[in-house]
Amino acid sequence: MGGSGSRLSKELLAEYQDLTFLTKQEIILGAPDAHRRATSQPPPGLGAPLAPAAHRRFCELLPQEHRSMEESLQIRVSLEQILSLPELKANPFKERICKVFSTSPARDSLSFEDFLDLLSVFSDTATPDIKSHYAFRIFDFDDDGTLNREDLSQLVNCLTGQGEDTRLSASEMKQLIDNILEESDIDRDGTINLSEFQHVISRSPDFASSFKIVL
Amino acid sequence: MMMAKKWAKFLRDFENFKAACIPWENKIKAIESQFGSSVASYFLFLRWMYGVNMVLFILTFSLIMLPEYLWGLPYGSLPRKTVPRAEEASAANFGVLYDFNGLAQYSVLFYGYYDNKRTIGWMNFRLPLSYFLVGIMCIGYSFLVVLKAMTKNIGDDGGGDDNTFNFSWKVFTSWDYLIGNPETADNKFNSITMNFKEAIIEERAAQVEENVHLIRFLRFLANFFVFLTLGGSGYLIFWAVKRSQEFAQQDPDTLGWWEKNEMNMVMSLLGMFCPTLFDLFAELEDYHPLIALKWLLGRIFALLLGNLYVFILALMDEINNKIEEEKLVKANITLWEANMIKAYNASLSGNSTGPPFFVHPADVPRGPCWETMVGQEFVRLTVSDVLTTYVTILIGDFLRACFVRFCNYCWCWDLEYGYPSYTEFDISGNVLALIFNQGMIWMGSFFAPSLPGINILRLHTSMYFQCWAVMCCNVPEARVFKASRSNNFYLGMLLLILFLSTMPVLYMIVSLPPSFDCGPFSGKNRMFEVIGETLEHDFPSWMAKILRQLSNPGLVIAVVLVMALTIYYLNATAKGQKAANLDLKKKMKQLQLLVASSFQSYAGGPEVLLTLRFKTNDFCKGQEHKHCEVTVPLFSP
Repeated sequence: MGGSGSRLSKELLAEYQDLTFLTKQEIILGAPDAHRRATSQPPPGLGAPLAPAAHRRFCELLPQEHRSMEESLQIRVSLEQILSLPELKANPFKERICKVFSTSPARDSLSFEDFLDLLSVFSDTATPDIKSHYAFRIFDFDDDGTLNREDLSQLVNCLTGQGEDTRLSASEMKQLIDNILEESDIDRDGTINLSEFQHVISRSPDFASSFKIVL
Repeated sequence: MMMAKKWAKFLRDFENFKAACIPWENKIKAIESQFGSSVASYFLFLRWMYGVNMVLFILTFSLIMLPEYLWGLPYGSLPRKTVPRAEEASAANFGVLYDFNGLAQYSVLFYGYYDNKRTIGWMNFRLPLSYFLVGIMCIGYSFLVVLKAMTKNIGDDGGGDDNTFNFSWKVFTSWDYLIGNPETADNKFNSITMNFKEAIIEERAAQVEENVHLIRFLRFLANFFVFLTLGGSGYLIFWAVKRSQEFAQQDPDTLGWWEKNEMNMVMSLLGMFCPTLFDLFAELEDYHPLIALKWLLGRIFALLLGNLYVFILALMDEINNKIEEEKLVKANITLWEANMIKAYNASLSGNSTGPPFFVHPADVPRGPCWETMVGQEFVRLTVSDVLTTYVTILIGDFLRACFVRFCNYCWCWDLEYGYPSYTEFDISGNVLALIFNQGMIWMGSFFAPSLPGINILRLHTSMYFQCWAVMCCNVPEARVFKASRSNNFYLGMLLLILFLSTMPVLYMIVSLPPSFDCGPFSGKNRMFEVIGETLEHDFPSWMAKILRQLSNPGLVIAVVLVMALTIYYLNATAKGQKAANLDLKKKMKQLQLLVASSFQSYAGGPEVLLTLRFKTNDFCKGQEHKHCEVTVPLFSP
């Protein structure tokens, strides 16, 4: 890490803090004014638990020569490197998470701002609405805007682990998906759309506390 | 405009500062990623208790102990502040100090040291009043903080939709994103899979009740054994307290370490071994694990509660003995004083200008002090509890882990997979122990103002020690099921313990006479008379008149009636709203069926609108007794 040249300007820090749910501790950096791309997120809240510098973690994933301030804000990190973070390694949805937050055309790399978005959505102070919105996008494996039977069966397979003996049999899977659709599919079209998903999630008491990643 | 921006910036900086001040955040995060959120919830609870105890400590330290230390009379000036001559030789021995006798007893740590003068120091600090009010404030603050935490959790509950979204929740919300350790993740996968399979089987086959009678008999048997255990443990404690009273009569030098600490050890050992017994009995019952856990928690709770109350009963016995003793000692002291005056007059008869009448405070005969005794008992119990816990962790967890790890190379069977293997972290046992220790603190802190301070030390070291032990010697649970509502369950138990521990204290304050020879209330008939005395001396007379009118029984009864009616009304409103909620849910389900059945026959066409008419006022504000309509687009081509 560079010495004094690595301090983000106060304006940029304040901008980042305004536009995400993270606190100063979680962003901490310094650089001259950077162009902040507009996001589609609604204004976030204040404050979050203390965590090591997100930027420092992001820089650790970059090769040594690209770790200067200006480059780190522009460069993109490939998916494999993000997946090597210990917080994501054990997560069965790690590829989907990276795909959802990536803004590159091929959806295979994350810039620092994408990384901040990720941490922001998974932080303690993000609203349940935001979390359920992103959870829906993560579970939507084929990216078609609804959760159909294939999405649900892929979801269940992710949750039961990698071994062949732990997977559910075809009949068990069918029954499970039938039950899910019966509970959640209000308009009976065979798929779960965003509002049905959010309705189910909003009634759950432990979703907000388990849908959390702390760096 | 600038002001608003500056204010926003100030607020944000303040939030950052507050977030930076939260202690132990990294430790808890490390535990979360290794063990998942259920083990981490214990440490979050511990941290919250630390905060509550910190406030109690600040109150007792700054308003009771500090003023007495700064402005009260020093050690050795009054009989109640001096070690009696008979005990002086051994007053500074470690053994005596460890028992909180000797120098420790005659210090600001305990009730007996405080003087009953109405004001002390140049600021005229009213110590007895402060002592009484701080005691009441501690209880009030604890109630407030526990209730606040409970009501915050009720909001997270989601309205009690237990069975509606069973499978959906299992699939969408069961993964714990905080897990960072591959081994924990594997355990989580296994438990999720088992969860799915169980739920599917339950859904498929109706519960075939095989051998109902056998199961019922086994359950009855298990409960019978549990009652036996509870009764046995209660009797053991009573017997141990009686024996300790006998030992107290004997000469301390003839007693070994076990006899001196017998009662505390018995209570701690019972608290350690009985839960394993309950686990054993639960094998007979064959319940679903979540239900079995609730039964186990309930039984451990009953055990600890029973132990605590037997302990208090035995203590009350001793208190009454001491109060009886007081009358005798009072008579003795008057005799002794008469003797001293006679002797002094005799020595003066020859010389009219003799030395002034002076008796060293250590030589004055002392009355018994039941409040200090109660304080000492609670402090001793707390200390021995702490030691037992730490020793258990060291032996049960650490030594066992060392043994399994190093002897595995030269042992016949695989120690790590078979017996004994590594221990899992027992969340419910630890939480219950924490709750009951806090109950003891609440009970004892009126009689020993140092108790919150001792507890702070204990919680601080516990945090580090248990964090280390958990990361070093424990493995993640094989069977992970999240009793997520259990957050309010534990807080509910804490509230119950708070209520049950403050009852004996309030009883003692209101109905027992304070000792005549020690403490800030000596000389009064009842402890709460200090309030009346303050009203008389410190407030203008019209205030005293008003307050006397307010405590008029008629007024008090009227206020109590109004409160009871308000509670009844709010309860009825809440019930009505729940019923309306259920009603709306039923309507939605009917609507779903209607839509589903007509979807089959719909073949495309113009937009279909559904008009719903509601007769009740549920959705229509301000339109009494009218029908109101809501139009919803059903199908659009």
